[in-house]
Amino acid sequence: MSRDRRWALRWSYFFLVLFAIFFLMPPIYMLITSLKTSAEISAATNPWWVYHPTLSNYIELLTSPAYLTYFRNSAMVSVIVVSLTMLISVPAAFALSRMKFWGSAVLATGIFLTYLIPETLLFLPLFKMFAVFNEWTDIQLINRWWVLLFLYPTLTVPFCTWIMIGYFASIPKELDEAALIDGAGWIQTLTKIFIPVALPGLIAATIFAFTVSWAQFLYPLAFTTSADQLVLPVGIITSLIKGDVFNWGQIMTGALLGAAPPLIIYAFLMDYYIAGLTAGATKG
Amino acid sequence: MAEVKLRKVVKRFDEVEAVRGIDLDISDHEFVVLVGPSGCGKSTTLRMIAGLEDITDGEVLIGGDVVNDVPPKDRDIAMVFQNYALYPHMTVFQNMSFGLRLKRYPKAEIRKRVDEAARILDIKELLDRKPKQLSGGQRQRVAMGRAIVRNPKVFLFDEPLSNLDAKLRVQMRTEIKKVHQQVRTTTIYVTHDQVEAMTLADRVVVMNQGNIEQVGTPHQLYHNPRTRFVAGFIGSPAMNFIPCQVEEVNGGLSIRLTNELSFPIPPTRAAQYQNHRENGKLLLGLRPEHITEAGPHLEPGEVPFEAKLDVTEPMGMETLVYFPVNGTQVCGRVNPNAGARDGAPLRLAANLNNMHLIEEASGRVI
Repeated sequence: MSRDRRWALRWSYFFLVLFAIFFLMPPIYMLITSLKTSAEISAATNPWWVYHPTLSNYIELLTSPAYLTYFRNSAMVSVIVVSLTMLISVPAAFALSRMKFWGSAVLATGIFLTYLIPETLLFLPLFKMFAVFNEWTDIQLINRWWVLLFLYPTLTVPFCTWIMIGYFASIPKELDEAALIDGAGWIQTLTKIFIPVALPGLIAATIFAFTVSWAQFLYPLAFTTSADQLVLPVGIITSLIKGDVFNWGQIMTGALLGAAPPLIIYAFLMDYYIAGLTAGATKG
Repeated sequence: MAEVKLRKVVKRFDEVEAVRGIDLDISDHEFVVLVGPSGCGKSTTLRMIAGLEDITDGEVLIGGDVVNDVPPKDRDIAMVFQNYALYPHMTVFQNMSFGLRLKRYPKAEIRKRVDEAARILDIKELLDRKPKQLSGGQRQRVAMGRAIVRNPKVFLFDEPLSNLDAKLRVQMRTEIKKVHQQVRTTTIYVTHDQVEAMTLADRVVVMNQGNIEQVGTPHQLYHNPRTRFVAGFIGSPAMNFIPCQVEEVNGGLSIRLTNELSFPIPPTRAAQYQNHRENGKLLLGLRPEHITEAGPHLEPGEVPFEAKLDVTEPMGMETLVYFPVNGTQVCGRVNPNAGARDGAPLRLAANLNNMHLIEEASGRVI
């Protein structure tokens, strides 16, 4: 190993460790705090050490019906949104990347551009739209958890479609031509060739859609209010902060438990994420 | 099995005319190779036959039926692609049986056909592997197997050997020929490699700039090219083209290359060139193997001359010699023991029984 390379490695490790410490600090602090009683949190002791560890925060949260409701709402919203997103964006990406029709290129770019509009810009007009909708049809959309099923895909579908267009575009054209000659229709080409071959991309898109839905804060904060309609991120904030009293132990516990599902999903699907399935399709 | 006919087939991409109204008849069981430089329209023609490109104008007939508006899957064809286009997530067996499974053939029938194709191609032990576990040659075999199991009317090959290394290419060439001898399916094969075209084809179709230059057996194309393009494209090293004039000398005809160098035209050939005397722009076409070292006894039609060699290229079984004539670099093939050396003079003989005379303006062989 050359001298230059050795130094380059040393510096990379130095900065990697620095970044790791920086990014791990908050979750570690959350973990430490979640194991303390409220008394210990407010006591003037070393905040980085637990003197009297307790699981009371965990027990209280996991037995509280409200927290379990938030968790259930979050899970339902995320799973349904991810399914909806995939059902829409995979065929959309296939059409946009393979069926060259008039305006397909403009449409593809347009889809991505919609992703660039922030939700902070959209929730006020949406609110107005829901109010008008309520006047016309008498159907109340505000404070209903299932309304989130229509809102989240506006964030996930464009991005997932964009990711999938990229993946599908990397599949050699001869592969669908071969399928075409073998007698496959468009749907069969999609389900039997494209989806299996682009599985890593599909999983990447799924992870993205799940993370976005699970962590979404603004829309549920704006559109849901009563406790039985709340999702986890908003539920923790609204129920565990009472006036100016912050129940820090439970807030930290709730946030930590809330972060667990995406972490678990990442851990299991990471290998797929990296695996290059297209190897061997054509000359390698 | 079926014959394929093209009737005034045209393909336009926006403003560019890739194929310019070609006619071609391919009979049942025939192995036809479309050959030409890149961009000559050969792949486009094949893709129109396959149904992967729309036909701008004209008709394509497979087995007597016009297939212009028939989708690829209903044309009963099979295609082998340059990059194999194997489905990466399927095993060899699944790859080969994909088309049959889509058509819901009975399991036993699929098994039988795949086994038969695997036997022909000698890939029986590979059936459970994935494409990425195969070498280039094996992938090519699987791609061919996928075509064979469908038992189609026509095989289409789109430069199937271009991705293989030189040695494997020669080997697979023989394989393809063997497979065709066994299955006898009408085959249309596209390549830019004239050696592949010559060795594989019953008939070769030479294409250039969207037109067919000439259709014929390899022997016809080699010995009786109709245009300068075909003459230059077929054969390696390429035919020499030397600017010349035809003149009358002592009652016979003669080819004048330079002030010093002039070859008498053999009497057997003289008649066909009679009308081209004093016609300025002519080219003498002579293949390198018809310029050899002059032996002690000259064959009929051989004319000796002296040349100062620029470069010699020993190939082992022969030596290629290059020398200038009338501003053109001319290539000859001499015996390795003829004593050819860079920069040295050598006594050579041109065999004019095999000469071609070409009109420079039209590129037509006279």
